[in-house]
Amino acid sequence: MAGSRNWQPTAEAFALPLLSLAGALVLFGIFVALGGRDPVAVWRLLFVGAFGDAFSWQNTLQRSAPLMLTALCVALPARAGLVIIGGEGALVLGGLAMAGLPYLFTPPAGWIGTLLLLAGAAAAGACWIALAGWLRVWRGVNETISSLLLAYIAIAVFKQLVEGPLRDPASLNKPSTLPLAESLRIGSIGSYDVHWGLVWGICLCVAAAFWLGFSVHGFATRVAGGNPRAARLMGLPTGRLVVTACALGGACAGLAGGIEVAAVHTNANAALIAGFGYTGILVSFVARHQPLAVIPVAILFGGFGAAGSLLQRRLGLPDAAVQVLLGFAFVLILASESLRGRLFTLPAPLRRRTSIAAVAGAR
Amino acid sequence: MSAQAWLDVLIAVIGGAVRVGTPFLFVSLGECLTEKAGRINLGLEGVLVLSAMSGFGAAWLSDSVWIGVLCAGLAGAALALVHGVACSLPRVNDVAVGIGIMLLGTGLAFHLGKPLMEPQAPQIPSLALGGWSNSAAVQAALRINVLFPLGVALAALLQWGFANTRWGLLVRMVGDSADAARALGTSVNGVRIAATVAGGFIAGLGGASLSLYYPGSWNEGLSSGQGLIAVALVIFARWSPLRCLAAALLFGGAGAIGPALQSVGVGGAYYLFNALPYALTLLILVLSCSPTRSARGAPLELGVSR
Amino acid sequence: MVRNDWSRRRWIKSATSLGAGALVEGWPWLAHADAPITIGFLYVGARDDYGYNQSHAEAAAVVRKMAGVKVVEEENVPETQAVQKSMQGMISQDGATLLFPTSFGYFDPHMLAVAARNPDVRFAHCGGLWTEGKHPKNTGSFFGYIDEAQYLNGVIAGHASKSHKLGFIAAKPIPQVLRNINAFTLGARAVDPKITTTVIFTGDWSMPVKEAEAANSLADQGIDVFTMHVDGPKVIVETAAKRGKMVCGYHASQARLAPQAYLTGAEWNWITPYRIIIDAARSGKPHPNFVRGGLKDAFVKTSAYGPAVAEAARKHADGVKARMLAGKFDIFSGEIKDNNGKVVIPKGTTHQQTAIELESMNYLVEGVIGKI
Repeated sequence: MAGSRNWQPTAEAFALPLLSLAGALVLFGIFVALGGRDPVAVWRLLFVGAFGDAFSWQNTLQRSAPLMLTALCVALPARAGLVIIGGEGALVLGGLAMAGLPYLFTPPAGWIGTLLLLAGAAAAGACWIALAGWLRVWRGVNETISSLLLAYIAIAVFKQLVEGPLRDPASLNKPSTLPLAESLRIGSIGSYDVHWGLVWGICLCVAAAFWLGFSVHGFATRVAGGNPRAARLMGLPTGRLVVTACALGGACAGLAGGIEVAAVHTNANAALIAGFGYTGILVSFVARHQPLAVIPVAILFGGFGAAGSLLQRRLGLPDAAVQVLLGFAFVLILASESLRGRLFTLPAPLRRRTSIAAVAGAR
Repeated sequence: MSAQAWLDVLIAVIGGAVRVGTPFLFVSLGECLTEKAGRINLGLEGVLVLSAMSGFGAAWLSDSVWIGVLCAGLAGAALALVHGVACSLPRVNDVAVGIGIMLLGTGLAFHLGKPLMEPQAPQIPSLALGGWSNSAAVQAALRINVLFPLGVALAALLQWGFANTRWGLLVRMVGDSADAARALGTSVNGVRIAATVAGGFIAGLGGASLSLYYPGSWNEGLSSGQGLIAVALVIFARWSPLRCLAAALLFGGAGAIGPALQSVGVGGAYYLFNALPYALTLLILVLSCSPTRSARGAPLELGVSR
Repeated sequence: MVRNDWSRRRWIKSATSLGAGALVEGWPWLAHADAPITIGFLYVGARDDYGYNQSHAEAAAVVRKMAGVKVVEEENVPETQAVQKSMQGMISQDGATLLFPTSFGYFDPHMLAVAARNPDVRFAHCGGLWTEGKHPKNTGSFFGYIDEAQYLNGVIAGHASKSHKLGFIAAKPIPQVLRNINAFTLGARAVDPKITTTVIFTGDWSMPVKEAEAANSLADQGIDVFTMHVDGPKVIVETAAKRGKMVCGYHASQARLAPQAYLTGAEWNWITPYRIIIDAARSGKPHPNFVRGGLKDAFVKTSAYGPAVAEAARKHADGVKARMLAGKFDIFSGEIKDNNGKVVIPKGTTHQQTAIELESMNYLVEGVIGKI
């Protein structure tokens, strides 16, 4: 028994989501079968589209890159006890900063300039989410709602600036800012069709895991999130910890926006508002706000997106089909939490049912 | 701007408050009921979208708007049931499941709603309360969705019911102290599931109002976050159904200001005008909250108040 | 290990495509007009939106019926890296050799990025401004001069309006939209110079509630004929009809939605440019890089007149239309002032439809109430 305790939690951490995913695939198979399509073909295409060949892998990884960063915008504040759902606002402002800062000064060409602008993007995102955290600490305003409202406000400010004062007169039918100088852009990794944003995402997930797991500050943040009363008793500055966690999360989302501008769009325009911030919420919750788990979960979500594209083209399924699959998977994964710690001992109660019944009967 | 223009804007905003505010009213009432029982259902956005689609589809197929309204409510209740049951499992987080329900609801609605974007369905009738006025604008502003008075009545009923009926007390007890409820032999999960399902039904009526009255058709941009905002309005309204009514009207009216101003020739900065409802809500939240009394009126079992 | 595998596949793929290209170039008779082809269509919104995306999807459905043509489609593709991957997927996974990315935002940088990596594939973008020397030869853009049909909408609306107030609900003040607003207003003011057009910008391409609210606000102001430039006009057509107002359609015919209130409409006829581009691809002719056309080229058309259109209005509009079809009518002919009184097209200057100045329009003409 003592030996089994070591492997059980780890095995469960993998088995529960995988079982849930399998369950979601079965449900989805039934769903498409009801619509008159062959579920086996759907399953096969899901796999081929997401992980079938080199192209699919690049497709999946590319789609997962921004999700890792926006997921951190949910995960880090969550570890400090706050549910932030306004990452989209931080992302959009990060993109705005990336494209807007060169209006104020000329950044040095090359990677130094890129880093400088990315720092600006991260700072913009950090301020926005920290604002939600600060409103919570200062006025007790619910951060879930304030971050959502702040996201809508950020998007409005973004559009007003991009289509107003910052608009490049040459961007005719697609109002955009001036393009980022060629030397400041972020390119692809080697000859692959995946940009360096993926590396940023993975590195920051790892860094966040180290911060939470091994630094004093990270530990204090977790205490503040897990048990605020204990944290106060220990004399921890809970308010400051909460705001810092929000700022770090916001910085990640802001960075995501900056990278989208530098690696994909080359300027800031309304297409930047593509819902990465909202998908990041899903990723973080499925990853149980564990930064290391964010990486595979984001890749999985990227895979769903890639597969959805193929499902549309090959089977004529609506684009929302993957959303249905994601919905099934998400609800099942969350519900499977209730089996944690009991997955491998599940048969035990069955075995003991007679004895329990006997005890109950005796009472 | 002339006095007449200001008056026109005012009339348009009043009309808009009712037209745009009705779905917010139903969703926030549904959420209010759910939260009073101690659970947050962020999935009402999904409920709103799915019920709008189902209601439209049912009204179109049956050619009866009331069957549509009923189906919208039932679809909302069914999706809320998934939330209620999933959250009754041990160690399952209601906020997270709500996000899942949002995803599932919109996914199902978009998937199944593809053939419903083109047809036209029968519409919910309206009450013409503006017959006394000669002004077409006043008449139009006071032409009201019949679901709206129903929503107002529901708000009053909930307000009264929470304080004065056995069911209302039961819901509040479960929401304030699950332990106390258990001690009295009440099934906490049973009451919560019932409240969530009823809340889903009510929110579903908001979906019907969207697809069968205003704007009165089904498409994928129909809700675009209205359900999520309605959930926010409940906290804004501090869990009081009558204040939910006020919040929904305020939010609806604020949303009408932008187009109304442009219609009298005051243009520019329309993105900022479009963001006005959100900014206004945030401002009032900041002003009305304080660290010590932010949770006043909040059900004690609720995640946000803990 | 994995990496090796990737590069091998990549090599095989590029080798085969190179070989195929060399074959076709060496023996041109192999690339005859009926060469089988896979064509990809990408839409930014839903295919059944009763508007822009539907106008493309309907033409794509006609393409699908052509012999030897395989069509792959994707809808709701956002203007992010997602569209780059979808295009690349159509090429790598489905073997598409001609793509129609139909949203304006796909052009730069997305389509250009994918085109640079796939020099053998042809890209025909809808709405973009392909420029010689700046954009690669395997890309191109096509578009229709729908402002001609909007001018005719304006003529009909001008006759139909009793209040002399027209309403235009638009998404964003971009040149394509401004050109439509201006053409509509010029058409109406050709009927009666007292007529004004009030414009409301909703800020985005699909915002049903905002669009309905805009229609109601305009109706409150006594506006009695509506038209629009948003992705899905359904909500505006229905709301205007509910308020007892009249409406001119856009993108596709919305006559079925409100038969009594529907006057006429400006519709796309995308199958014409599609045919030109597809025929070139199948017969191995150079890719048509810059394709434009109006009423006389059948790139756009007008909806049949509704029952509410009076005889005088029909006669007037038909007269203008006949001159447009004969190539003898210019909408933007000086002197034209903007709504601040500044002369934007001086007397004696005429911008023909092909004029590049019109593609970068940044003003609202006299008679339009609204700000950019």
